Amino acid sequence: MHNLTIAELIRGLRSKEFSSVELTQHFLTRIAELDPSYNAVITVTADQALKAAAAADQRLAAGNAPALCGIPILHKDIFCTNGVRTSCGSKMLDNFVPPYNATVVENFEQAGAVVLGKTNMDEFAMGSSNETSFYGPVKNPWATDCVPGGSSGGSAAAVAARLAPGATATDTGGSIRQPAALCGITGLKPTYGRVSRWGMIAFASSLDQGGPMARTAEDCAIMLNCMASFDDKDSTCIERDVPDYSATIGNSIKGLRIGVPSEYFSEGLNPGTEQAVRAALAELEVQGAELVDISLPNTGLSVPAYYVIAPAEASANLSRFDGVKYGYRCEDPTDLQDLYTRTRAEGFGEEVQRRILIGTYCLSAGYYDAYYGKAQQVRQLIQQDFAKAFEKVDVIMGPTCPSPAFKFGSKGDDPVAMYLEDIYTIATNLAGLPGMSLPCGMVDDKPVGLQIIGNYFDEARMLNVAHEYQQATDWHRAAPEGLL
Amino acid sequence: MDSMSDWDTVIGLEVHVQLATQTKIFSGASTAFGAEPNTQACAIDLAMPGTLPVLNKQAVHYAVMFGLAIDAEIGKESAFERKNYFYPDLPKGYQTTQLEKPIVGRGNVEIELADGSTKNVRIHHAHLEEDAGKSLHEGNFRHGVSGIDLNRAGTPLIEIVSEPDMSSAEEAIAFAKKLHSIVTSIGICDGEMSQGSMRFDVNVSVKPRGSDTLGTRTETKNLNSFKFMEEAITKEVERQIDLIEDGGTVIQETRLYNGDTKVARSMRSKEEANDYRYFPCPDLLPVIVSDETIEELRRNLPELPDARRARFAEQYSLSDYDAGILSSDAAMAAYFETATKTSGNAKLAANWSMGELSARLNNEDLSIAKSPVSAEQLGGLIARIADNSISGKMAKEVFEGIWAGEGDADQIIEARGLKQVSDSGALEQLVADVLAANQAMVEDYINTDEAKRKKKLGGFMGQIMKASKGQANPQQVNQILAQKLNELL
Repeated sequence: MHNLTIAELIRGLRSKEFSSVELTQHFLTRIAELDPSYNAVITVTADQALKAAAAADQRLAAGNAPALCGIPILHKDIFCTNGVRTSCGSKMLDNFVPPYNATVVENFEQAGAVVLGKTNMDEFAMGSSNETSFYGPVKNPWATDCVPGGSSGGSAAAVAARLAPGATATDTGGSIRQPAALCGITGLKPTYGRVSRWGMIAFASSLDQGGPMARTAEDCAIMLNCMASFDDKDSTCIERDVPDYSATIGNSIKGLRIGVPSEYFSEGLNPGTEQAVRAALAELEVQGAELVDISLPNTGLSVPAYYVIAPAEASANLSRFDGVKYGYRCEDPTDLQDLYTRTRAEGFGEEVQRRILIGTYCLSAGYYDAYYGKAQQVRQLIQQDFAKAFEKVDVIMGPTCPSPAFKFGSKGDDPVAMYLEDIYTIATNLAGLPGMSLPCGMVDDKPVGLQIIGNYFDEARMLNVAHEYQQATDWHRAAPEGLL
Repeated sequence: MDSMSDWDTVIGLEVHVQLATQTKIFSGASTAFGAEPNTQACAIDLAMPGTLPVLNKQAVHYAVMFGLAIDAEIGKESAFERKNYFYPDLPKGYQTTQLEKPIVGRGNVEIELADGSTKNVRIHHAHLEEDAGKSLHEGNFRHGVSGIDLNRAGTPLIEIVSEPDMSSAEEAIAFAKKLHSIVTSIGICDGEMSQGSMRFDVNVSVKPRGSDTLGTRTETKNLNSFKFMEEAITKEVERQIDLIEDGGTVIQETRLYNGDTKVARSMRSKEEANDYRYFPCPDLLPVIVSDETIEELRRNLPELPDARRARFAEQYSLSDYDAGILSSDAAMAAYFETATKTSGNAKLAANWSMGELSARLNNEDLSIAKSPVSAEQLGGLIARIADNSISGKMAKEVFEGIWAGEGDADQIIEARGLKQVSDSGALEQLVADVLAANQAMVEDYINTDEAKRKKKLGGFMGQIMKASKGQANPQQVNQILAQKLNELL
């Protein structure tokens, strides 16, 4: 059952090939048996899952079950789950049990999905390797001495290892796409404002966006149908009809204009990765798409701009974790200053503290214009780059990240090398555009991700392109050894 | 230089006005005052992880109404920023406020001074922001422990920032009172100073008389009564002058004034001031106020104090002074108008509202909204004075009765048998009887010089009123008495 896609599982449940309880039990067993090797799941909610599965079976039997009824999924531990510990990968929230659901969690609950548990992640979504989690690193199912990417490394590894058919994730600078690429699965970061941020613990509010991870574009479409909604609890959520992403997935892509940015194929790109991506583009050309050379001249500025804006917002977003109201509090504080200092020094990991310091510095009197002000100007330039490109093309494609999964600790001493891991993904967050990654080849027995960047709210077209590619290729079907 | 007259005082105000919305500026929690601690704080107010703010439209409308009331530029696109600092009563670790793009731009407030002159105070801007919670420290809470009440956290405020246009405590108080009058008149604030609905930060500096160079200013924060404000300004001006005259220099600092102990102290100097690291709040969109909305709010703007004052003077034939007092406070104005309507006598309604009622409320430290005597009840009482049913003296007794909750004027007059006797036949008999019973006084009166006779009348009046148990109409008695005594001469 674990090799079936969500689309196939939906059909299987409805044709009574198996029940949701059987399905749920199957995945719970896999998590119990296999996850000790990957550390992808922080919290397993077995009892609740089985109860939800039993209820789903009743609804399925009654014949009016909603779309995802009985389908087991995992939530990234950044989404608040009512009554279930939501840690955000941090010691700071190791004891935090929210009394409310994130809108994304609520949407899946309404759609009848069964939540198996919460996935591991970089602490407060800050990281590209999942090495910053308080709960220890997640291991890449393709090579357990390698990172799964981050920050949604737990969700990506869990889907790759078939511990769940789909998982929720979030992307601030590439946190859905990069781990999807490194773990050989399909992941989509929607347009900023498409998916509600209510109950999704904030890292950088103007960049954060939730999205689906699954093995196929078709499954991502099914999940996005459920995740995307207008939510008046999130002021940055955009009121716009949600199309049926599944409906247009099989459209022909004949005549599709694919922009290929020269900046995404320059120095630093692994030759094997480049080869795989070029081959994927050639395949799409065969299907009738047209490749158009384009330039996104300010791509090189995106990483520095991002590492000003994201830490600046994070420095304020994470101020609420002060030991006063909830979460970690240091032992026996002597006074208020001591309470703040030790709570935050002990509760936050090194990378989170680094980013809070960077952000605080960038916003300080005398530095604001040089850093934050400048970064916002760069952000506009990047938006203009994309706007200009989308006058000529329908989608933009290139590699998701410069190379396949790297070994644990290999970038640990050099934060900048780690930050460059997101060089191809960050610009879309700065522009608010949707982006996705899907597997398109292997290098050194590790998956390579193909990135698709779409225009605003053009997720349906991106999913259509990805699906058509997956109809013609098998990369998305590949599984790590022993996991098929 | 050795006297205050050698110095100019320069004062600017920052005024925090709590907006009278039902719910908070970014959450659905109630803003009602006085609830049990932390019972009016929802997940958003507690800054729970993943929660997001949603702007209260009513708060925006109230801010725009204030802008219209002071003839200010309205920020058609204003924006919220985060002001970062750590404090336990600030749950998010930042205050959501406005800095670069406030909702209300430059405006003007005209104040009246005691000598009858007027002065314009320029408003630099007014911006929307959220209030913080309250910290309760040792002494006010439990020994060795501080408590935090987040009921107030997220209450909508406008902060009104004036130019340093005031040059005395008197002007500052007049400005503060005028703002109070405006915000209560347009109904955007309940004006309850004792509950913190309006709080004043006062920036004070002094400079040699006539100098163009401003002195170093200090800011005294969080004054919540006009009286404390006046005291704090007076003391601070004296302190600065004394300091400079003794060869010292004023340092830029934030100060606190304790109205109970009358002691001011430094809270922090400029060097210790926070770097608030303002930046645009990414959780909130720019606030767009359409021309249609502005026009609709302008059309529906309640009567402003200046317009009301002119109307009162005209409509009720009040003196300018009386009209000013009765119109400045919206609740007082409404009270007076109701009492006038009920009684049909504006002059008496004005006198009673400003006199007996205000004195009594002041004594008991009550706002007019909490008056035990309603406007209708006072109107009922005035009606009985106006139709001569009761004397002024009786009226005071009846007023006390209403205050004590004994009922309306007519019920009390009936119950206490206070009806004034105005029947001239009965009064003539009464006067005749008293004169007959006091022959010695009558003789004395007749034998007194004409010039001094008038003084003797009081004695007869006392006897007559006593005989009537105070119910005789004094004006009529006076007339009859004068007439009867005249006949004896």
